[in-house]
Amino acid sequence: MKKIILVIIAFAAISFTAEAQSKTSKATFEVDGVCKMCKDRIEKAALTTKGVKFASWNIEKKELYCIFNNKKTSLMKLKQVMADAGHDTKEIKATDEAYGAIDECCKYRTLETH
Amino acid sequence: MKIILKILFILIPIAMYSQTEIKGMAMIKNSQGNTEGLPGATVYWLGTDIGTTTNDKGWFTLTYKPEYKKLVFSFVGYRTDTVTVNEPKEIHHFMVEDGGLDEVVVEVEEQKTAVSYLQSANIVTINEGELLKAACCNLSESFETNPSIDVNFSDALTGTKQIRMLGLTSPYILIAQENIPTVRGASQAFGLTFTPGTWIESIQITKGAGSVVNGYESIAGQINTELRKPLNDDKLFINAYGSLDGRLELNTHLSRKVSDRWNTSLFLHGNLREKEIDRNDDNFLDIPLAKQINVMNRWQYTDAVNGYVSIIDFRYLKDDKQTGEMDFDPNIHKLTTQKYGSEINTERVDIATKIGYVFPDAPYNSIGFQMAYSGHEQDSYFGLNQYNINHKSLYSNLRLNSILGSTLHKFKTGISFTHDSYNEFVNTTDFGRTENSFGGFFEYNYDNLDDFSLIAGLRLDFHNLLGTFITPRLHMRYAPWDKGVLRASVGRGKRSANIFAENQQLFGSSRTIGILNTDGKIYGLNPEIAWNYGFSFLQGFNLFGKKADITIDYYSTLFQNKAVVDVDESPQQVLFYNLDGNSHANNLQVQLNYELANRLELRLAYKNYDVKTDYLKSNLENPLQSEHIFFANLGYETRQNAKGGKWRFDYTFNWLGKQRLPFTASNPTQYQLAEYSPSYSLMNAQIAKVFSKSFEIYVGGENLANYKQENPILASDNPFGAYFDSSIVYAPINGSMYYAGLRYTLN
Repeated sequence: MKKIILVIIAFAAISFTAEAQSKTSKATFEVDGVCKMCKDRIEKAALTTKGVKFASWNIEKKELYCIFNNKKTSLMKLKQVMADAGHDTKEIKATDEAYGAIDECCKYRTLETH
Repeated sequence: MKIILKILFILIPIAMYSQTEIKGMAMIKNSQGNTEGLPGATVYWLGTDIGTTTNDKGWFTLTYKPEYKKLVFSFVGYRTDTVTVNEPKEIHHFMVEDGGLDEVVVEVEEQKTAVSYLQSANIVTINEGELLKAACCNLSESFETNPSIDVNFSDALTGTKQIRMLGLTSPYILIAQENIPTVRGASQAFGLTFTPGTWIESIQITKGAGSVVNGYESIAGQINTELRKPLNDDKLFINAYGSLDGRLELNTHLSRKVSDRWNTSLFLHGNLREKEIDRNDDNFLDIPLAKQINVMNRWQYTDAVNGYVSIIDFRYLKDDKQTGEMDFDPNIHKLTTQKYGSEINTERVDIATKIGYVFPDAPYNSIGFQMAYSGHEQDSYFGLNQYNINHKSLYSNLRLNSILGSTLHKFKTGISFTHDSYNEFVNTTDFGRTENSFGGFFEYNYDNLDDFSLIAGLRLDFHNLLGTFITPRLHMRYAPWDKGVLRASVGRGKRSANIFAENQQLFGSSRTIGILNTDGKIYGLNPEIAWNYGFSFLQGFNLFGKKADITIDYYSTLFQNKAVVDVDESPQQVLFYNLDGNSHANNLQVQLNYELANRLELRLAYKNYDVKTDYLKSNLENPLQSEHIFFANLGYETRQNAKGGKWRFDYTFNWLGKQRLPFTASNPTQYQLAEYSPSYSLMNAQIAKVFSKSFEIYVGGENLANYKQENPILASDNPFGAYFDSSIVYAPINGSMYYAGLRYTLN
């Protein structure tokens, strides 16, 4: 019985430590892109950044929703990550080199806007 | 002015290229509802290599020949559409996002069985479309068009079909309903026939060890069934079925919205078989007389804003079967030696609840709780053998999903508790027992969002009879190149064998039962332990412009201990004992899926089984298992008309190689069987006419070539003698069977 209680405590502890570190910030900001491939690239770039817990890019609104640890990363740093991946934000534009590296179908700059 | 420009823009190219080229545009609606071009979409002529991608404005130009009739538009994230082109005019085609609403879509190609390129585990999903290929009727019959599962005949009395995966029978597969283990314990033999086919929304088949979240029992694999959900089910659904061998079935589903958050469904199922058939003149019914009533009420609660979802199910089942000699009357002959007969009467109650909560501001955190109770009571006799089992079971599972750092590293952790109490009598011997287990699990999932993912699971369980033990499991996926996926898995499984419930067919024989070990905790036997490992390679490719994929699977199960069922020591005995030596089941499967033409799909498979056990006598192939099996399935659908009407054709072919038969050489000559069964083939076919989205009829046949096992009941002339055996069945007993039915849906 002792063992059983220990296991319960161990599992409960894991659950709480996952929640305890609440230095989390949430942010939604515009990231330019076109398609599902852009979505994959944007989310992967965000998620592989240290401190980012969750990233979801909305293909219609062209908005990236991020949950991150504000001690490890910042909004501007995330925008730089987007630019490095070839995707523009309002503040930081991707270099021609980074933009040139993205797939043909993702070339959002040449798209007509209505 | 703009319009004139546009017209010019359209007309000029047509005038210039109308003889040889076709111009067009792939379009989408953007978030503001405006139309814009879709750059980078692939456009090609079906069945050719002629294709292009749309430019940055969504335009494309392609050579045109009158023999090209169909233009395919495809783009990641959008549905692939095929548009019929009869003249070289300009094509403007709207593309719809995956999961979007039907719009100008001319035709959608939908996959009925999906092999995933993305999941770590080797999972095949059977969708509703695939389920429609087999006429009905219940879960055990839903796998006939899927080569991963073999459907076998279990015995000549009860006519129940058994399934096998990787050469192992269903007890070695964890069978769950919405992730709650269901077909286990007392319901092992008939449980698959207790889920009507029309209740099923989809089935997920996992080959290999599977997830630790659902428990430690799975060895060969896991089968999970998702039922229709009240939230999105049709208001009314009716399915009626009748077969020439006297089986009648009726399914009715009613669903309604009770409030903003509550939806409910009522599923009613009844089946009846009253016709007495003895086509092989052995004086025994070929198929049992049967009655089943099966009722389920589901309640679904959805509160998307606050992140709560819940499902509550209530279910009642009554299933009665009678079989044996043609003129057996249970009121007069039950448990006498005047006539041989058998009755299997089952009553079952199920209550299941699930509650899920997703943290609204941290969508990667969620909590789920499941609890299920089932009460299963089977009263049965087979001639003079009586078998009664009452199994009450409680299952509960609390689970937390979260992340480690980011959603690249996810984990599931939780605790589970199960309680099983068995009241089991074989004749007058009491085999009752109680099993309790309490455990915790942790499953880590890594995904680099690209070419590699991994699931590593570990659980620790405390079980009053199995002891304290750990269950490790690992699944990996690596995609080295485009559409190529390598998978590997390894894992351990442990279970207590319900030797009587799982081998009930042996009661339909004169065999005496012997359990050779006495010091184990379950019937005197030790728990079954096995390691399963496997590799799988999937490659998708295009052949003559059509989609194809090939899968090569190799899985091996090695038993550390097994409750060996030995019917080879003597034809008058069945012995159960702990494995002493080796037992393994190896399975190689090569499968090809190919779209031969539009809407014409071919599935071919070859399966090789090497299933051997060290019996008392010697190391032998397990009985009633083919070494070689060929499988083919051909499905064709006509194009859907405006009302949603179409024809659907389906054909399945199975060739089963010889199977080793249990030892009978010590019997008198007339009661001896050959060492091996002959090989044979089976064919099933079905035609469905869909009139509209709400109504369709179907007719079909099983075992079209009318193959019958000769002499399925040994010594049927003397059922109370020493040589009677109805358990040696390797082929159909009742020959070909034809059926017809209808489906009606009201939204």
